[in-house]
Amino acid sequence: MIELSAILVIAHRDFVKLLRDRVRLFADLTLPVGLVLLLGPALQAGFGSPGGIDVTTFVFTGVLAQTVWQSAALGVISLVADREEDFSQEIFVSPVSRYSIVIGKILGEALVALPQAAAILLVGLLIGVRIDPLVMLTLLPVLLALAVFGGAFGLLVLSRMQSQRSANQVFTFLMLPQFFLAGVFAPIHDLPPALAAVAAIAPMRYAVELTRNVFYGLQPDQVAPVIWPAGVNLAITGGMFLAFLGLGTALFVRTERNR
Amino acid sequence: MIEVQELVKRYRKAGRNAVDGISFSVGPGEFFALLGPNGAGKTTTISILTTTLAPTDGRATIDGRDIVSEASEVRQRVGIIFQKPSLDQNLTAEENVRFHAILFGLYPYRPAYRLMPAAYRRQVEELALLLGLERQIFDPIRTYSSGMRRKLEIVRGLLHRPRVLFLDEPTAGLDAPTRRTLWEHLRTVRRESGTTIFLTTHYLEEAEQADRICIIDHGRVVAEGTPARLKADLSRESLVVDAADRAGLRDELARRGLKTEGDGPFTVAVAGAAAHATLKAIATPLTVVRTLSPTLEDAYLEIVSRAEGTAAEPTAAGSTDGEPGPARQARR
Repeated sequence: MIELSAILVIAHRDFVKLLRDRVRLFADLTLPVGLVLLLGPALQAGFGSPGGIDVTTFVFTGVLAQTVWQSAALGVISLVADREEDFSQEIFVSPVSRYSIVIGKILGEALVALPQAAAILLVGLLIGVRIDPLVMLTLLPVLLALAVFGGAFGLLVLSRMQSQRSANQVFTFLMLPQFFLAGVFAPIHDLPPALAAVAAIAPMRYAVELTRNVFYGLQPDQVAPVIWPAGVNLAITGGMFLAFLGLGTALFVRTERNR
Repeated sequence: MIEVQELVKRYRKAGRNAVDGISFSVGPGEFFALLGPNGAGKTTTISILTTTLAPTDGRATIDGRDIVSEASEVRQRVGIIFQKPSLDQNLTAEENVRFHAILFGLYPYRPAYRLMPAAYRRQVEELALLLGLERQIFDPIRTYSSGMRRKLEIVRGLLHRPRVLFLDEPTAGLDAPTRRTLWEHLRTVRRESGTTIFLTTHYLEEAEQADRICIIDHGRVVAEGTPARLKADLSRESLVVDAADRAGLRDELARRGLKTEGDGPFTVAVAGAAAHATLKAIATPLTVVRTLSPTLEDAYLEIVSRAEGTAAEPTAAGSTDGEPGPARQARR
């Protein structure tokens, strides 16, 4: 019970901080909205509708998943900086389990990603992407879960890092290839074998695919791109999540104390 | 309350131990000060005792709980005022307090102040009254002065009624009036709660108020005792005299078997009643009579410079000041 309260209060703090940081809120919302607004129509104009797929919708679903997943992953990285700053010293000396701290942080950053998801969904509607109410309702919990998945990935990346700087550098290196291999902007099911193998282990890919599983699965009249079945994606995501969380927390706690 | 035995910490990739086998103990309700130059290992020691850093060797307990195997119980029993401010700037004072209270399991989580249990809200009101912050308690920390922030941190650190309050250079960077009010506040807290206090500081006048002082340097204990003991042991009181007839005075002092320092005025190492007797006995008319009482700062500087000397010759270190810790501890 104490641990649950602690998880919630740590998550609460991250969310409140976002709401009070207007500049960050603005920046967080602008980039993904810009991507959806500009990139989808631009690609559509350039490539038409290959195989009858609406490119704007395709990019929209991709950016939606990528934003939420990456935002949470990046947010968790701030745990490294947090250690040296303000309130987080407090968190680390509290009797709360280290696992609760990490889970609270991941949950908080996942919540922080949600306003971005809401903004992208809204813009999607404005530019004419068809999103049924049922899809909307289903997407919100799914996106929250995907953000938690992203947070777990962030935790694993930062678990061996000593400073925010090195964490950020490694992060860029890990994120950029995933942008393309996760199928955010372009389909990935005709990749050459070597790239396909890398794409198969890119965690962001599963966030994108699961979002499309929901989006196209619940609106069967829209022409769907090639994606793996929801069950397969869900199983892989679940496995990856547990591995990231377990390994990430264990490594993080060890790095923390054995400086 | 605090038992530390042969504690060692060597940071990864470090050439030497940051904390090199220190031992000491602190009794319940005691005000204990850990003193030492920059890099002596003070913050490292506090980090280990508050379980945020794993020791390399040795062991320590707080209120009977092992800092490694019972870390969570130890954290429940200690409060810490960090060297760097640890209030969340983006939150209000009340939110900072609330988060602490929930993290330490005092109250369940509720998403807003109004929804928190009545007992909590009453506690916040009392605390705001105590700090004279009735109106600002719901204002962001950003609007607080640094002295006010420190006070709030102390109040927050005591919220869960810790057995030991660790203060890591709590007044660094504060101006003199703020330091003074902070110490008044701490004295009140101590009188009312009987909390054991573990302080590290650079300000010797603050350490002077401690029941006991432990001086460390290069990660080793170089001296330990009450402020009065340290002063008495390490710098003797002395008498400064001078006369128009300096040569005569020098001869007379030598005749009486008194060792002098300086070419006039002369410093004679005598104290108390002996100083009085010495003065009475001197026949040469004196032009200057002064007594020199060492300050804690004199004692401290002497101890540290002596330690620097022995550190340069490792063979001598063990035989001089290297191990007063364990010896004193055995006596307790």
